[in-house]
Amino acid sequence: MIAAQHLVIAPVIIPFIAGALTLLYDERQRRAKLGVSLVSTVLLLVVSIELMSRTKGAGLTGQGGEIAFYLLGDWTAPFGITLVLDRLAAMMLMLVALLAIPALIYSAAGWHKQGQHFHALFQFLLMGLNGAFLTGDLFNLFVFFEVLLAASYGLVLHGSGQVRVRNGLHYIAINLAASLLFLIGVSMIYGVTGTLNMAHLSKLVALLPESELPLFRTGAALLGLAFLVKAGIWPLSFWLPGTYMAASAPAAAMFAMMTKVGIYVILRLSMLTFGVAAGPSAGFGAEVLVAAGIATVIFGVLGTLASQGLGRMTAYQVLVSSGTLLTVIGLALMGGGEKMLGGALFYLVSSTLATGALFLLIEPMSRGEGGIAAILALTADAYGLDQPEDDGAPEMGLAIPATLTVLGLSFAACLLVLAGLPPLSGFIGKVAILSGLLHNPALPPMLGWGFLALLVFAGFATLIGLVRIGIQTFWAAEGPPPKVLALEFAPVLMLIAMICLMTLKGQDTLRYMEDTAQSLLNPAIYANGVLTAPSVEEEAARQEEGTAQ
Amino acid sequence: MELILSAAIGVLSASGIWLLLRPRTFQVIIGLALLSYAVNLFIFSMGRLTVGVPPIMPKGGFVDPTRYADPLPQALVLTAIVISFATTALFLVVMMASRGMTGTDHVDGKDKD
Repeated sequence: MIAAQHLVIAPVIIPFIAGALTLLYDERQRRAKLGVSLVSTVLLLVVSIELMSRTKGAGLTGQGGEIAFYLLGDWTAPFGITLVLDRLAAMMLMLVALLAIPALIYSAAGWHKQGQHFHALFQFLLMGLNGAFLTGDLFNLFVFFEVLLAASYGLVLHGSGQVRVRNGLHYIAINLAASLLFLIGVSMIYGVTGTLNMAHLSKLVALLPESELPLFRTGAALLGLAFLVKAGIWPLSFWLPGTYMAASAPAAAMFAMMTKVGIYVILRLSMLTFGVAAGPSAGFGAEVLVAAGIATVIFGVLGTLASQGLGRMTAYQVLVSSGTLLTVIGLALMGGGEKMLGGALFYLVSSTLATGALFLLIEPMSRGEGGIAAILALTADAYGLDQPEDDGAPEMGLAIPATLTVLGLSFAACLLVLAGLPPLSGFIGKVAILSGLLHNPALPPMLGWGFLALLVFAGFATLIGLVRIGIQTFWAAEGPPPKVLALEFAPVLMLIAMICLMTLKGQDTLRYMEDTAQSLLNPAIYANGVLTAPSVEEEAARQEEGTAQ
Repeated sequence: MELILSAAIGVLSASGIWLLLRPRTFQVIIGLALLSYAVNLFIFSMGRLTVGVPPIMPKGGFVDPTRYADPLPQALVLTAIVISFATTALFLVVMMASRGMTGTDHVDGKDKD
């Protein structure tokens, strides 16, 4: 069946068409734009569910990780451009769609009126994200990265204002420089190995002669650096809190996903090229990832404790989550095993949803002119920052009763996930990581216990930081409670419902994640799968043969 | 030729990096442009340096690959040029907006006191 095959490319095509469609409408026809955008994201969710259920099959190579392909122009790998759908990619596609729908609904409450072409940029961002998750080719990865970055430059500036433009300037400059590093890395790898196909690359790494290894590793390190900038690793992350805080709420919620793209690529490439099968290069960069990841967690924790506003705090929480994941990737390269990596993937999904929800909560929570606004003004004075611009509350729509209760409960749920406290999913993720780590004899026990102490400390500091904000907003608030629209609450509640669902179905989710981790740790599944993917012509010929017999 | 090309890449990236670290937005954008030239040359050189050979092979029969240039880096460099041109243009717009809003061309939006 033709349609079923082409579904793999749908996550790229759907937002592309939707984004182009919204450009046709005038800025005044926001309802139409919103409609197109919503239809596209819901379609994306449906497609991603279907794709995910496909990857859950029994497995091509008997290892539990079936892979689907899409050969563009019907050229077989490694010559053509390939889209590859494996468990990890399917999971990330689903996460993007799950985060995009609430962010879009939230923007309907007023944000999408604050500037031009919000929906088009949003759709192109989704296209870039989905493309980056699906591509099986390094240069295509660059192209999709540029698509998502170009859209994110627009989104960061959405709503305009001095603070956004200044932070946007830094953000764009950093990312342009990182893109150049990306190109240097890609071309060096091509110069050494002669291929850009990730699967082919993972086959070739083990066969590289000794004399070529330094050049290859330099290329890989430069490439990794470009993604680490995006993931916000410690010495390269000073742009992140300012930018994320300045971005409008729905954009910031999507940006919670953007650091995860960096992490996804680091995970994918390091497992493919420096996994167990890489021979002399196995485990390259693992120590750096672990050390820098731990430094990132510490930096994020200190930032959380030091910041006075919820926006900045959430941005630092993004860093904590990035640092944790990078450390785990480093540990996995050292031989951490699938239990730990599976737990990390679980943690990735739950922390992305929670930071996304928190970014959406910031605005309703600080609207009441309560403690936060005053403190923010004070800190802004102390640091000589400009007063954040008042973006004007949305004026129409249904306000909900019992605002403070619902706000408080949603905030508490996010807090529990980020601090890693039971009963919500953050706890499950952290426990899965740590139990995998501590029960693994391949790693030195000191490292495991050290990481355990760090995670517990990070959770504790998060708790202190967020609870402080919570007390100021919900208990020490003066005056009437803020007026919050149902349209602003619904997305937050959706995200929290997803977190709860993940928690309730923890066993199944974790099993999926562990299978994903297992297929990641066996790069041969991916590599053999891609390289033997038959073109449509070959497939047709084989089928004809079959019917002839 | 190797010497000239590598010297060109080196000089371009050195001046690019120096300019990138300067405090004025105009210097930053020129720095980024120079760096992207350096990177484009670098990508190009990764297909090995050859003079006067075509990148497109004839169809069919035996082909001696040493008599042809590698077409892939040429295709890559084309994409890279287009993308870096577009993003630099976008950066220019943001730079102008920042200049208009803050009244200064300092990257932090204000001059040091």
